[in-house]
Amino acid sequence: MRFSESIFAQRFQITPPDLENYLAEALSRGGDYADLYFEYMATSSISIDESMVKSAAQGVSVGVGVRVISGERTGYAYSGDLSPEKIRKAAGVAACIASGPGKVDKLDLTEGALQNLYPVLTAPTETAFSERVELVKRADRAARAYAPQIFQVQATYADNLRQVLVATSEGTLTLDRQPLARLSVSALARRNGGPPQRGHSGGGGRVELSFFLDQKPPEHFAAEAAREAIAMLDAVEAPAGETTVVLGPGWPGILLHEAVGHGLEADFNRKGVSAFSGRIGQKVASELCTVIDDGTLGGRRGSLNVDDEGHPTRRNVLIENGVLRGYLQDKLSSSLTGTESTGSGRRESYAHIPMPRMTNTFMLSGQSDPQDIVRSVSKGLYCANFGGGQVDITSGNFVFSASESYLIEDGRLTRPVRNATLIGNGPEALKYVSMVGNDLRLDEGIGVCGKEGQSVPVGVGIPTLRIDRMTVGGTA
Amino acid sequence: MSQNHLLETARDLVRRALEAGSTDAECTIAEGDEFSANVRMRELEKLKEAGSRAAGLRILIGRKTGSAYTSDLSAEGLAHLVRSAVELADVTTEDPHAGLPDADELGAIPGDLQLYAPEVEGLETGLKIDLAKRAEEAALAADARISNSEGASFDAHTGRHIFANSRGFAGEYRTSYCSLAVSPVAREGDSMERDYWYTVARGLDGMEAPEEVGRTAARRAIRRLHAVKVETQKVPVVFEPRTARTLLDNIFEAVHGMSIYRHESFLAGKLDQKVAHENVTVVDDGTLAGRFGTSPFDDEGVPSRRTVVIDRGVLKSYLLNSYAARKLGMKTTGNASRGLAGNAGIGHGNFFIQKGVQTPEQIFAGISNGFYVTELLGFGVNIVTGDYSRGAAGLWIRNGELAFAVSEVTIAGNLKDMLLGIETLGSDLEFRGSVAAPTLKIGEMTVAGR
Repeated sequence: MRFSESIFAQRFQITPPDLENYLAEALSRGGDYADLYFEYMATSSISIDESMVKSAAQGVSVGVGVRVISGERTGYAYSGDLSPEKIRKAAGVAACIASGPGKVDKLDLTEGALQNLYPVLTAPTETAFSERVELVKRADRAARAYAPQIFQVQATYADNLRQVLVATSEGTLTLDRQPLARLSVSALARRNGGPPQRGHSGGGGRVELSFFLDQKPPEHFAAEAAREAIAMLDAVEAPAGETTVVLGPGWPGILLHEAVGHGLEADFNRKGVSAFSGRIGQKVASELCTVIDDGTLGGRRGSLNVDDEGHPTRRNVLIENGVLRGYLQDKLSSSLTGTESTGSGRRESYAHIPMPRMTNTFMLSGQSDPQDIVRSVSKGLYCANFGGGQVDITSGNFVFSASESYLIEDGRLTRPVRNATLIGNGPEALKYVSMVGNDLRLDEGIGVCGKEGQSVPVGVGIPTLRIDRMTVGGTA
Repeated sequence: MSQNHLLETARDLVRRALEAGSTDAECTIAEGDEFSANVRMRELEKLKEAGSRAAGLRILIGRKTGSAYTSDLSAEGLAHLVRSAVELADVTTEDPHAGLPDADELGAIPGDLQLYAPEVEGLETGLKIDLAKRAEEAALAADARISNSEGASFDAHTGRHIFANSRGFAGEYRTSYCSLAVSPVAREGDSMERDYWYTVARGLDGMEAPEEVGRTAARRAIRRLHAVKVETQKVPVVFEPRTARTLLDNIFEAVHGMSIYRHESFLAGKLDQKVAHENVTVVDDGTLAGRFGTSPFDDEGVPSRRTVVIDRGVLKSYLLNSYAARKLGMKTTGNASRGLAGNAGIGHGNFFIQKGVQTPEQIFAGISNGFYVTELLGFGVNIVTGDYSRGAAGLWIRNGELAFAVSEVTIAGNLKDMLLGIETLGSDLEFRGSVAAPTLKIGEMTVAGR
């Protein structure tokens, strides 16, 4: 996209010399670096409950964040008003972090080439509401039609289109247009008036609306939510204590996000507060494990053409054959540690300071047949689906909560078990990975990662994994 | 923009929505200023300062609704807001229960609820940085094993909340808060642990001394060192106030009116039944002066009030907005809560469990083998079934005393049994936010470890 064609130039009459002036104001008291992050975000959401479309909402938020870095210090200010006075005022506030003579180098902003990972012509947010409302109606009908035990269905479709402009004192000017859409379905099942169980499913990505018509229709997510709810009706108590765990492919990859991903974010490691600090080159997983964070996968929820600091995203190897290879770097941490940004600087919005974050985090496929992996376990737990997870990056302890799992008895899946949390220690847990399936799958596009109060969309994935030892938090 | 101006803007948006064909409308405007200063290892690390405002509009045309929000409060932006909300009523479904509260339900608690301390806006940046530095310094100086830190932060926020609807309600109130938090890292040998402590108040006056906050944070991090994983067993579990509070979060979700009418709560249909130990009384009170869950009116313009949710073990009330109330054939409890877009949800006021008489030490004294939980990890709570399974860390209780640190374990049970099993409540109830609980002991849970 050319700057002159952007919403910032056209609707808000911002010019390149304006940007250069704001950056000069930001560096008026010194400082090593400054950037401007302009954001225009349009969102919409539609919800169905009890077969009624009870809510439809749309909105716009617009603003600019100004950041100044001086050594290890960051000054930040933002404005929801894009008038020149307000932007200059924000730049002046951010500038206060530095205390020295101003930098007067003449800036000449140049627009760089861009990846095109989501060549979306018409973003879902730009389509007619009447088309999108059909998605939740179809999901509702399909989940109810799945089985008579389904008695409540809720579905929410939400999308947004985020237009961003990043201008830096290093002279780069980057524009991106980031569409995102997600459909989620939740179903409750009950048998003969007994206690209910819930199933959940959802997905999407940086896609056009046709994704939900041709590739992953509402009926797909509806059937999956209904299936899970019904499967759980027969759930027995989960085991308590250490056992062998097999993780199914796809969303159970949240294991990697919690066990290693957060602990490898460069801000924690630069400060020496992560359980992975100072462990580059050390063995932190079995040699079967190669873990990647890749922001360049086409159309994926966690992908970005550029990160929120204007750096192209990349494919970053975190763990290679069990050995820790690298951290996820943003501008600040890479500058302070003399490395380069890995395209991992992300922020929730213009009102937030960027920090190192994951994009799509997954493990490469191995050699094992997934069925052989299950057959190899005489007694254990198979986890097909998960809710959320969390990690204490300093101790390295992490949890993730199974929403659909089954006992493995003599190499076969037998009974479903009630929800249970799995707990492990980041630098240790993956050492017990003894089999890796040949069936890598990425999740369907539902992940939201929270860190220090900021939420960003992410993806995860794994092939089927056997972990010889992990603590399962059941009651049996 | 003056305060009357924003209230007038809200009234005007409601009027314009009616002119555009709406039969009812409600408008929320939120305005806020935020400040934060972070220090780490005795140096200033981050300063952030900004203000923002945005408006949301929800309209009804008959029993169909539409809603929209914008951060663009220019004439053009507001005109677009009205059009956006009105056009969406076309795609929603006629819902016989959709609507606003009745006019006689609307209103506000009179008098000063002490939610706003004027001095917060004028605090010197240097003073705020200094408070954060003093708190971190106290943590670093507390013990040689505190050799690193994730830093300390001072945050200040002021906000203005405006709400108007087409049933004649228009009101606004201001809020402020200051908070100071410290996250020291303790290290000895191979063991590294982090913890935090904080103080928060409506203004500077209500805050604890920064040195006290720093020392408490350091003590908490140090006592976690050299944690072990215990064997799997069923034992009494004691929650300290910080973790006990999360059980109140779970209870709130279970009495949430939307979950009740959908039958997606283990407490649905249990009114007037015994659901907890007779020691347990849970109250929601949005009227307590100065507290963080207090407001003169809820997000539908209904006065905040005091609702006894569980009275000596018996479930007495759900928490409702006007929609959930109509669904259930009840009256709103003044618990509407909303962002800028969409229908009102349900929130709590000051939601707490009434205190008992024992000190934590007296509670430990009655336990020969048990687990004192100081940290919970993850989201393993299913409100539909009550199944509860979360990661935990804390201290092991041996022969009535705290003996050693424990981590990498889970605690599990079912909330139905856990509520009935709250045998003992501590005397140490204090409000560090809108949800509060004293130390409490549950008779038995499964601790999963080795």
